[in-house]
Amino acid sequence: MAAQPASSASTGEAPLLELHDLGVHYRGAHGSIARAVDGVNLALPAGEVLALVGESGCGKTTLARSIMGLVRPTTGEVRYRDEPLRYDRRSLRDYRRGVQMIFQDPTGALNVRQTIYEAVAEGLRIQKVGGDEQALVAAALSRAGLRPPERFFTLYPYEVSGGQRQRVVIAGAMVLEPGLLVADEPVSSLDASVRGEILALMLRLVRETGVTILVVTHDLGLAWNIADRIAVMYLGRIVEQGTTEELLGAPRHPYTRALLSVVPEAAQRAPQILSGEAPDPTRIPAGCRFHPRCPLVASGEAERLGIEALCRGEDLGLAPVPGAAPSSAHQAACHAVTAATHEQGVSA
Amino acid sequence: MSTDPTSSASTGTEPLVDAPAPLLSVRDLHVTYKTAAGGVPAVRGLDLDLAAGETLGLAGESGCGKSTLGAALLRLLPRGTQVTGEVLLDGENVLAMKPGRLRAVRWSGMAIVFQGALHTLNPVQKIGRQIEEAIDLHRVAGKGSPRTQVAELLELVGLPARRADDYPHLLSGGQRQRVLIALALSCDPKLLVADEPTTALDVMVQAQVLRLLKSLQAEFQLAVLFITHDLSTLAAVCSRIAVMYAGRIVEEGPAQEVFAAPAHPYTRALAAAFPVIGDPAFRHNPSGLPGDPPDPRNLPTGCPFHPRCPDIREECPHTAVELWPAGPERRAACVKVLGR
Repeated sequence: MAAQPASSASTGEAPLLELHDLGVHYRGAHGSIARAVDGVNLALPAGEVLALVGESGCGKTTLARSIMGLVRPTTGEVRYRDEPLRYDRRSLRDYRRGVQMIFQDPTGALNVRQTIYEAVAEGLRIQKVGGDEQALVAAALSRAGLRPPERFFTLYPYEVSGGQRQRVVIAGAMVLEPGLLVADEPVSSLDASVRGEILALMLRLVRETGVTILVVTHDLGLAWNIADRIAVMYLGRIVEQGTTEELLGAPRHPYTRALLSVVPEAAQRAPQILSGEAPDPTRIPAGCRFHPRCPLVASGEAERLGIEALCRGEDLGLAPVPGAAPSSAHQAACHAVTAATHEQGVSA
Repeated sequence: MSTDPTSSASTGTEPLVDAPAPLLSVRDLHVTYKTAAGGVPAVRGLDLDLAAGETLGLAGESGCGKSTLGAALLRLLPRGTQVTGEVLLDGENVLAMKPGRLRAVRWSGMAIVFQGALHTLNPVQKIGRQIEEAIDLHRVAGKGSPRTQVAELLELVGLPARRADDYPHLLSGGQRQRVLIALALSCDPKLLVADEPTTALDVMVQAQVLRLLKSLQAEFQLAVLFITHDLSTLAAVCSRIAVMYAGRIVEEGPAQEVFAAPAHPYTRALAAAFPVIGDPAFRHNPSGLPGDPPDPRNLPTGCPFHPRCPDIREECPHTAVELWPAGPERRAACVKVLGR
């Protein structure tokens, strides 16, 4: 059974998690189809922290839910430890022993009538994990930074602070020693002072347990703090991915550049504020799906490069960016980037 | 507690705004909530000045008293809450106003935008009607019909006028936050209190709302008190920052300087919580502040921050702190600024 937690080394070459052409479509009003996730390919090696970044409505939470097996994909598949995810009850239960999720709001994630001990032990009971339950709960609380753990056993969620609540949620997920932790905006509802503490805890868990983390966020600062790699999602698809240094140091997709430019910082870059919010997944634009908001198209830069017709008419997937090292996995889905690659190919 | 904040005025640390009288002036404000278990002092002697057209950022963790302060300015606190001191708006003490005068000052003198825009609007009333209602109730004579005023307000905050006929559920989070700003601006206030106005919003929408606030402030000489725990946002939009801890201001000064070179260890921790992207110091190195804010009913002795201070000195647990000068136009409540 694949649920046995193993050290990252023993998984060999195959990524821990793979998404192949994953699509999640919902039926909307008046027979329209919302393509919330629209053909995502992603590989997550064991022990890595990947940040999935994008605006509300870009499909990042739906993608996370489909990785958890909470949503059945319309197209493609989720593979974990080189096996396709199956959706019968038994398989899902076994799968979730290895793949756990934590949410944005720890207060909502905890049952108000359950003590912290019960909250952490619940997963062990559902998964029928044998052994000394009390010792496992104590170890999980302690690993999550709640020490001495016994002091927290009989407390209720309202008796601890927001940061401690998120630690309880993390302890509840980590008590099962999962291979993959999916974290959906784990610090966005927390105070500035607590935020760094929780992020430091996540990094420590990676180091100490070898857990792989997929963190879903709109916060690029968080990615700079903890992520090894970043995938930027727009309207159901990944439009740029690479290492954190590549992606935040030399972003190639105009959408990534815009996201980066609006991070509030004392030393302001010229912010490139896109108008409107992420558009409607029931009406994904033809051509490059970003073109109606793209600053390159709006400024006439695309026309000057002779690619405007492509931007408006031709859909495209991820392609390697020019100038990146051959070993690099920096990829972007942008006609301007592809054109630059060709130019470089011709001149070389 | 031996520190008396009013006494600081006589020690050469006059309020930082010069010549013209400030639009808003808070003097020795104390707010104590009444609970079954006794009084909870949320604001403990606070002084603040805000000039017309100025944007002041107020930072601090949950429970530091920053939202209590915002609510106290408009007297929006629960009945029975004990409030002492002065809140002078254009020289008139809000805390002493009769109900009729208070009603007139709310909205037209100062207005407030709360966080959680999603729940403040009436779900069964068109947004245009909700704005009209505020205009009807608070304005004697308007320019043009309420209908055209609503259209102007919506356009001011970047929404098409036809949105007036929509119900709140048809709008996105960012659009609803804009409606609340339009609502707050409907009676031409001189001061806007914005309590975490962008916290629930997405990055791009947050940038849109911040740009809107900035342009309104420039266009109408609107003074803004911007309350949030995100120091990096404050540094980007405010001219001055005040940092609150345990019911008092512990540091204040020009925004860029306070953010870039904090004088108080607490401010330093808040500033470091939001990494500078590209700075290797933050890479794989998130920074937080251990511990929790103190219980207001049971404050630590001496400097209230000392149990969490990464930089504690021997004298801190038994030295009363006050806002001491910490460079040009700057003050901080930390013994280290005394340079001894």
